[in-house]
Amino acid sequence: MKRYSIFSLARNAANYHKDWGPVWRSPEPKAEYDAVIVGAGGHGLATAYYLAKNHNMTNIAVLEKGWLGGGNTGRNTTIIRSNYLQDESMAIYELARSLYENLSQELNYNVMFSPRGVLMLCQTEHELRAFKRTSHANRLAGTEARMIDRAEVKRLCPIINDRDDCRYPILGAYYQPRGGTARHDAIAWGYARGADAMGVDIIQNCEVVGIDQNAGRITGVRTSRGEIKTTKLAVVVAGSTTQLMDMAGVRMPIESVSLQALVSEPIKPVIDVVVMANTVHGYMSQSDKGELVIGGGADPYNNFSQRGSFPAVEHTVTALVETFPIISRLRMLRQWGGTVDMTGDRSPIISMTDIGGLFVNCGWGTGGFKAIPGSGWAFADTIANDRPHPIAAPFSLNRYMIGHSIDESVAAAVAH
Amino acid sequence: MSGQPYRLPANVGSGTTGRILDRSRRIAFSFDGKSLSGHPGDTVASALFANGIRLVGRSFKYHRPRGVIGSGADEPNALISVGESGRHEPNQRATQVELYDGLVSKSQNNWPNLKFDIGQINSKFSRLIPAGFYYKTFMWPQSAWMFYEHFIRNAAGLGTAASEPDPDTYEHMHATCDVLVVGGGVAGLAAAQSAAAAGARVMVVDECARLGGLADSSSGLIESSPQTEWVQSTVSTLAAAENVHLMTRTIAAGHYHHNWCLLLERVTDHDPSLAIQGAPRHRLWKVRANQIVMATGALERPLTFANNDRPGVLLASAARIYVNRYGVSPGRRGVVFTNNDDAYQTALDLTRAGVPLARVVDVRTDPRGELVEEARAAGIEVVTGMAVTNVDTVAAGAKIQSVKVAPYKAGSRIGGREERIECDFVAVSGGWNPAVHLYCHTSGKVKFDEDLQSFKPDRSFDQITPVGAANGTYDLDGLISEASNTGAAVAKKAVGSKVKRSKSDRPLASSPKAGKLEPVWFVPATGALNEGNKHFVDFQNDVTAADLELAAREGYRSVEHIKRYTTLGMATDQGKTSNINALGVLTGALQSAIPQIGTTTFRPPYTPISFGAIAGTNAGNRFLVVRRTPPYEWHCENRADFEPIGQWRRPYCYPKPGDSRHDAINREILSVRNEVGLLDASTLGKIELKGPDAAKLLDRVYTNTFSTLKVGKGRYGLMLNEEGFLMDDGVTVRLADDHFLMHTTSGGADRIAGWLEEWLQTEWSDLKVYVTPVTEQWAQFAIAGPNARNVLENLDGDIDFSADSFEFMSMKVGRLTGYPVRAFRISFSGELSYEIATPSNFGHSLWLALLEAGENHGIQAYGTEALHVLRAEKGFIVVGDESDGTVTPLDLGLGWAVSKKKDDYIGKRSLERAYLAAPKRKQLVGLLTQDPQEVLPDGAYAVAELKDKPPMEMIGQVTSAYWSPTVGRSIAMALIKDGRNRLGDVVDFPLDNGKVVKATIVDPVFYDKEGAKQNV
Ligand SMILES: Cc1cc2nc3c(=O)[nH]c(=O)nc-3n(C[C@H](O)[C@H](O)[C@H](O)COP(=O)(O)OP(=O)(O)OC[C@H]3O[C@@H](n4cnc5c(N)ncnc54)[C@H](O)[C@@H]3O)c2cc1C
Repeated sequence: MKRYSIFSLARNAANYHKDWGPVWRSPEPKAEYDAVIVGAGGHGLATAYYLAKNHNMTNIAVLEKGWLGGGNTGRNTTIIRSNYLQDESMAIYELARSLYENLSQELNYNVMFSPRGVLMLCQTEHELRAFKRTSHANRLAGTEARMIDRAEVKRLCPIINDRDDCRYPILGAYYQPRGGTARHDAIAWGYARGADAMGVDIIQNCEVVGIDQNAGRITGVRTSRGEIKTTKLAVVVAGSTTQLMDMAGVRMPIESVSLQALVSEPIKPVIDVVVMANTVHGYMSQSDKGELVIGGGADPYNNFSQRGSFPAVEHTVTALVETFPIISRLRMLRQWGGTVDMTGDRSPIISMTDIGGLFVNCGWGTGGFKAIPGSGWAFADTIANDRPHPIAAPFSLNRYMIGHSIDESVAAAVAH
Repeated sequence: MSGQPYRLPANVGSGTTGRILDRSRRIAFSFDGKSLSGHPGDTVASALFANGIRLVGRSFKYHRPRGVIGSGADEPNALISVGESGRHEPNQRATQVELYDGLVSKSQNNWPNLKFDIGQINSKFSRLIPAGFYYKTFMWPQSAWMFYEHFIRNAAGLGTAASEPDPDTYEHMHATCDVLVVGGGVAGLAAAQSAAAAGARVMVVDECARLGGLADSSSGLIESSPQTEWVQSTVSTLAAAENVHLMTRTIAAGHYHHNWCLLLERVTDHDPSLAIQGAPRHRLWKVRANQIVMATGALERPLTFANNDRPGVLLASAARIYVNRYGVSPGRRGVVFTNNDDAYQTALDLTRAGVPLARVVDVRTDPRGELVEEARAAGIEVVTGMAVTNVDTVAAGAKIQSVKVAPYKAGSRIGGREERIECDFVAVSGGWNPAVHLYCHTSGKVKFDEDLQSFKPDRSFDQITPVGAANGTYDLDGLISEASNTGAAVAKKAVGSKVKRSKSDRPLASSPKAGKLEPVWFVPATGALNEGNKHFVDFQNDVTAADLELAAREGYRSVEHIKRYTTLGMATDQGKTSNINALGVLTGALQSAIPQIGTTTFRPPYTPISFGAIAGTNAGNRFLVVRRTPPYEWHCENRADFEPIGQWRRPYCYPKPGDSRHDAINREILSVRNEVGLLDASTLGKIELKGPDAAKLLDRVYTNTFSTLKVGKGRYGLMLNEEGFLMDDGVTVRLADDHFLMHTTSGGADRIAGWLEEWLQTEWSDLKVYVTPVTEQWAQFAIAGPNARNVLENLDGDIDFSADSFEFMSMKVGRLTGYPVRAFRISFSGELSYEIATPSNFGHSLWLALLEAGENHGIQAYGTEALHVLRAEKGFIVVGDESDGTVTPLDLGLGWAVSKKKDDYIGKRSLERAYLAAPKRKQLVGLLTQDPQEVLPDGAYAVAELKDKPPMEMIGQVTSAYWSPTVGRSIAMALIKDGRNRLGDVVDFPLDNGKVVKATIVDPVFYDKEGAKQNV
């Protein structure tokens, strides 16, 4: 792997950048691997990276039906925060957030983690109480975040509507200064490059179409590029989870819905922080390119289309025009959708299954980008050791059997 | 024409130029502070051309000087800001901004000014900053990214946002039609004509101010006359037809499921005085069309040669459009560079208008189309087998002086003799791409067409049919016949048997026979250092051919990776001019053919649409319209301090002059405890269930039994989700055998109605029961306190409120001071209490009547906060406070309301799961702080063991905490692990200010444990 730095950039400039090699190989699938990961999204790639890095498992493959990073990892609005309500959530999201802090250096790939601060507005008494509760819980868990008042909200985000007579006057906000955003593609690419350099085969355009098992143990997968044998299979396919697990005969407590996002045309910076307004269902930040990055609630029906409907967009945009009046004359450049994998308690599943060698990581729904490093870390450990990593353990499938929900819908209507 | 040096005379030779201009009038406008003039009909782009201004903007990354390239929606370069303060709007395409008097426009992305822009320095470093350079650097030291990022952010972005709120208004329209024709060019009009003749209701939309599309600038005749004549007569026929709605300045922004189309009509942008008079600036149309005819035409693609971005290089079609339509010359002397016949029309039109042309440079060795011959016959110099390889500029790249031309052979390096041709503009054409965007929004598929060297529509699941250039049909007669037939066919599909038989009167057309196009994706520069030159593919995002090759070389081989790595096609034009050229460049780099490389996804909108339009009238004071209870005005008059609850606004308390919130709340509470209070409870959810299976439904959705309830009686019920967690509660009363009235929480009203419907529609479709939400049909007031009965008895009516006749948890229907009412004897305060419901219309009057009747009994209105304290004093829960989606009825000590006998109800099985049935769960308890004055903060957590610093193990949290004036001290409710077994224990709550509050765990009922007060 060629190291990236200002110096290597300068060296290569001399030769018009003709000497850069591929960031990852395009290998043919081997007949057999020690472990196979299905899905080259952020979670699958991070899992591969940490399997190789932390557990020395390098004879492994990541199979991707399309192009790596092309699922929700390449479609999301990149909000990163760890101020979740439940203990179990705080643990995994904070592990992830702290890994983000030096991920660029770790991967030698600038993932542009930008802890510009995340504000979750409080616009009703009820919301204020809920976030106060979260703030108490976070503080005692050691997660850094605090309640701020309207004046500080305005100072952090001058374009916000802070009028007393607006529909939902701002009562304050829950603020995580070290939350922020990162460049989504770079997360996928950086992990892919790192994993590839350690020998992991990342095989794109390779769709898994069947899962083979014998006597309750995984024996391999069938793919659009032939059969591949393995005894450890990790399914990390977000919106496609139910379809994949169905191939192994496992019914998942997951519903797939469309979640949309949109961007404005690029403009000079107007907003430095990420603002989430849950009462009115909209959130906004500004990318380094200058686009306002906007999202809201999910479309309210199940589907696999990776497209949404306009009413969801209308709802979100209306809320944000109300929240940030100056955006009225800016324009929507592009809207898109991703298929998100929703669980009943809005928390993920990182789990072993009843089938030997079959592991599953899914259910990140509307908010799993922020979790990628932590999830990959804990999941790799689970796969390598055939037992749940302590941080992953509460997120096992079994929790639905015993009723140990980790309900995050309590804290925020849509968790991004 | 002084001041407009590039304006052409109206009449030249046998033709005219500036067809749509009103030359008799002048319009004053400004660009970067400079006063200029144009004519009605001009766009900012054409007026700038007329005034000799070619340098219009700076590019995104390298800040290279840029001019106008196109004439419409595809313009990548000429982005300007228009308007001032609240009406300031950035990033507008100068090619689409119609000129109006007093228009103020500004260039963007430069400092200190357009001519001398510091950012140009990026050009000098350009070798250091190839595609994706930022992924490779800015990583040291670790903490510095945000420092670098600050500069990157300020350098990025195009224009600036308005500094003031938008003064204009927007509105939404809803429409249906049989046939929606998108695009009002010749194909669209022909389709509309035949569809209308067949009797269909037709809508025709076009983004331009005038219909006709490229009819004024393409070759070919209709019925032996210029196309514009046919357009004119067709438009007037259509305009007169009752079943046709013509819309200009309207884009079809998006195509969604089931032929739902989003249109944006720009109503006042061309004349803001209309907005000042009150017209909406934009109208967003939501149109459900039975059939859509997509006649969106085609977009010309540029050619990729060295420095092809210099101001003065423009599309060949644009060059002739500026001449024909706007009467401006793109320059003093031009060169046409092409790989197809169409650009010869430009050569001919320019020559006819007297614009000097140095040469037509055609890469094809032996072009023989009819237009080519016509050009030759007109004396235009045509060189073949040659290409423009570079342009020479002066004025720091802002002005073209000459082009280099050299022999060209596809796939090989440029060699041979190189010639320099003096000129100041270059009209380029690389062929035309069908505008398939709309077709693809709902995943219609496209296929690559070898003749066009572009993608055209292939198949779609929706009722959308492409015609004309949008379908890759460029020959005029073929296009008209295709459009005409399609119009008739889809009309028939839409109107079925009602179709009118009209004899096909499609016009006959003729157009010059075109020769074959030769794909040219990349023209190398001459000389050894080809690499030193920039060949732009995506002008707006400054993506060069070398960038694309670099991406491919680095292994970003999927077209999506390439797009994301280089930012190709991600600018405000969404790659309209660049996508196909990029694929062409990549054929070399990836050693793959275009169809194998594939396209990126087309997403709505076609061109950007304003957020204001999306919000429509639902912004400002119509945003999530306030739901008001019937006595709302009384609340306002009586200084209610409101709080938003969902979309409702409810009085939180009613401070009297000089009262603090705290004073008001305490006063209200004590009035209920000691005399009587009146609460507006109208927001309480009310759902009527009617039908033979109503009781069965209730038995399934509540944990307890309702089928045994007697008519006229009420019962408190708990509703769980499938997970076994509490989601709603309330009292349901039986109005008749088959008729129940369910009360839900205020916040749950809509959700619960939806929940019941979902079960009935998806799981229990056999149950015969109707669910009707009636929350807003009824005003409902609680009269609570020792004097409640006296107040009610003070009013005329036929209801006996006496203790014997009107038992706790029962209801009566009757009249009260003449109003029809439902009276319930229920209590959420622990006092003697009734709730009186009356149809909303009577709500305000009844409220006043109750206040009057209570005057001598000390009645006071109380708000939601007093309500909350009153119930907390009694240990009553509020769903959403004491419960949070992880709490079961047993956790709350409400096991008595959970039936052990019923076979099933939602959540029953879940409740039996190990974790939910476990003994030491968090349980509802009361808390008394050691310092009675100290009120615990809401949501504060108790810890198992105090430590100096986090993390500390948490054992539970405060769910509600208040100052209780009744008890005279602070009280709190909390969910504490194993709480019921820990009564009497003291637990610690470490707060954020470092303070630790100690509290004793107690029973959660703080007042009147026996319930004596409510049973009088
Ligand atoms: C619009 C939107 C906004 C969001 N905003 C945020 C946010 O602000 N913050 C946040 O934290 N999270 C956000 N999320 C959620 C976040 O994007 C996801 O939780 C996360 O990216 C999931 O990553 P993943 O690796 O699990 O899935 P993905 O990235 O979806 O990867 C799954 C991969 O599996 C592949 N696959 C599927 N089936 C097969 C098969 N049969 N064979 C082989 N491969 C297969 C897919 O092609 C895909 O590449 C958002 C999501 C969306 C859609």
